[in-house]
Amino acid sequence: MDVKMTITEKIIAAHAEKERVVPGELVRVKVDLALANDITAPLSIKELEKHGIDQIADPGKVVLVADHNTPCKDIPSAQNVKLMRDFARKYGIPHFFEGGNVGIEHVLLPELGLVLPGDLVVGADSHTCTYGALGAFSTGMGSTDIAAAWALGETWLKVPESLRFVFEGEPQPFVTGKDFILFTIGQIGVDGARYCAMEFTGSAISRLSMDERFTMANMAIEAGAKNGIMEADEKTLHYVRSTGARREPKLYRSDADAWYRNTFTIDVSKIEPQVALPHLPENTRSVQSLPRIEIQQAVIGSCTNGRIEDLRMAASILRGRKVHPGVRLLIFPGSPRVLLEAEKEGLLRVFLEAGAVLAPPSCGPCLGGHLGVLAEGERCISTTNRNFVGRMGHVKSEVYLANPYIAASSAVLGYIAGPDKL
Amino acid sequence: MLIRGKVIKFGDNVDTDVIIPARYLTSSDPMELARHCMEDLDPTFAKRVTKETVLVAGRNFGCGSSREHAPLSIKASGVQAVIAESFARIFYRNAINIGLPILESAEAARRIKEGDEVEITLETGIIRNCTTGETFQAQAFPPFLQEIIAQGGLMNLVKKRVSS
Repeated sequence: MDVKMTITEKIIAAHAEKERVVPGELVRVKVDLALANDITAPLSIKELEKHGIDQIADPGKVVLVADHNTPCKDIPSAQNVKLMRDFARKYGIPHFFEGGNVGIEHVLLPELGLVLPGDLVVGADSHTCTYGALGAFSTGMGSTDIAAAWALGETWLKVPESLRFVFEGEPQPFVTGKDFILFTIGQIGVDGARYCAMEFTGSAISRLSMDERFTMANMAIEAGAKNGIMEADEKTLHYVRSTGARREPKLYRSDADAWYRNTFTIDVSKIEPQVALPHLPENTRSVQSLPRIEIQQAVIGSCTNGRIEDLRMAASILRGRKVHPGVRLLIFPGSPRVLLEAEKEGLLRVFLEAGAVLAPPSCGPCLGGHLGVLAEGERCISTTNRNFVGRMGHVKSEVYLANPYIAASSAVLGYIAGPDKL
Repeated sequence: MLIRGKVIKFGDNVDTDVIIPARYLTSSDPMELARHCMEDLDPTFAKRVTKETVLVAGRNFGCGSSREHAPLSIKASGVQAVIAESFARIFYRNAINIGLPILESAEAARRIKEGDEVEITLETGIIRNCTTGETFQAQAFPPFLQEIIAQGGLMNLVKKRVSS
């Protein structure tokens, strides 16, 4: 029988060692990588210890990234990283990242060549879906699921139904992958893709850079999706080769007549730069339509928008300009490599001359951890991914999500607006 | 297993950041987490919750971050079960893995009110509203998930596989 499958189904089938899988089916799958960070790994480690399990199926497939509350913000955070470090040492886990080696996990892993097209990756972090930009299946889970994956080298999955999003057309100026995904979430809602695979395709996706593709796949979880995914193309392979990856990529494509629960076609030429208003990523508006919303902080960085292209976008706006005196602009390069490249290109000087605060690669304020949390009544424009109640600090603070151009221009203006208002 | 409790009700899209804010995630001690459960959504929750509380919520309960601290804090706060119209998938897995009973029923989630007394038979998924006399049937768990639940959580199952 000639079975038509989507890219998501093909990757899951390959890892389940089955000819075919169908949506709704529960399967056991081998995992290529299972990661956790300094918030989630301690729970995984304690679960293993509590149950007396001292087997790690393959230490080379475990990744531990100390990126959330680091550089350690307090004693409990330092204890958590120490727990990870000791665990990595005990089991000979080579991929433990801290100090000068650490980046934000979903920026770091692709650029180190640890995730490749065709891989199946699970992570104790909801934004693990980022790697779908490489043509991999990747999804977030909790700490216990990851502990189980470390011990057994496998996990269980329900094969998701796929939703296809076809992006066509030429984007307007200052419209990026961030706007594509914010617009999409605004259309389908924060549970519009719950349990589903979001497959992004079309000529406008082909034209996107890898960095913008990562941004899009990263926010699939914000529509409730299990994974976001794009087929690998020449750009993907070029990117993968540049990482010096030691394994071979496996390329999968959706069959032309594979089954989708729904197909959405989006003309990107109609999308204006988007801003998601508090307190849900689905509350999207075009930046043009907003009243004057004054801000006290702007954040550029995160696993969503902390890559070199994001910093280039921000620098293109900030060059020769000054951050508004009432605004704190915080910039978080996503990894040591991004930081080094930004230094080489002179972007760091642009940021410092504009009056920005340059922060280390860290998740920092995105989740209200440290390095820039908000006081009562404060508003922040941010290139991060969530604007939930209290997400970046005080329960009565507000986060507005946007792309790096908008965050930078708003930082200069003191209120939320695009570069056309400069 | 029979669960009886009084309902505390929440709306749609209760995210894991409000269930347990990130500022408390340096701890993984369930009792410590329970002290701050839901505090950004309802500062009185910790005072109102008892060992006989059932949470009822709308769509997409537990969306957002993968933090397992969220179901852990709910469970340690005394909540006996969560009934929702729908659950975000990571929360759903986490709840099963750590042994927090969850039930999906759109009708129950819509019709049960704050303060109602409910009775849940976990094996059958039957939810009875003792205040109104209505009954609802929650979605059944697939056999594989039933096995995790029966074993008292995922790690007990993993332990068995590792030692065999």
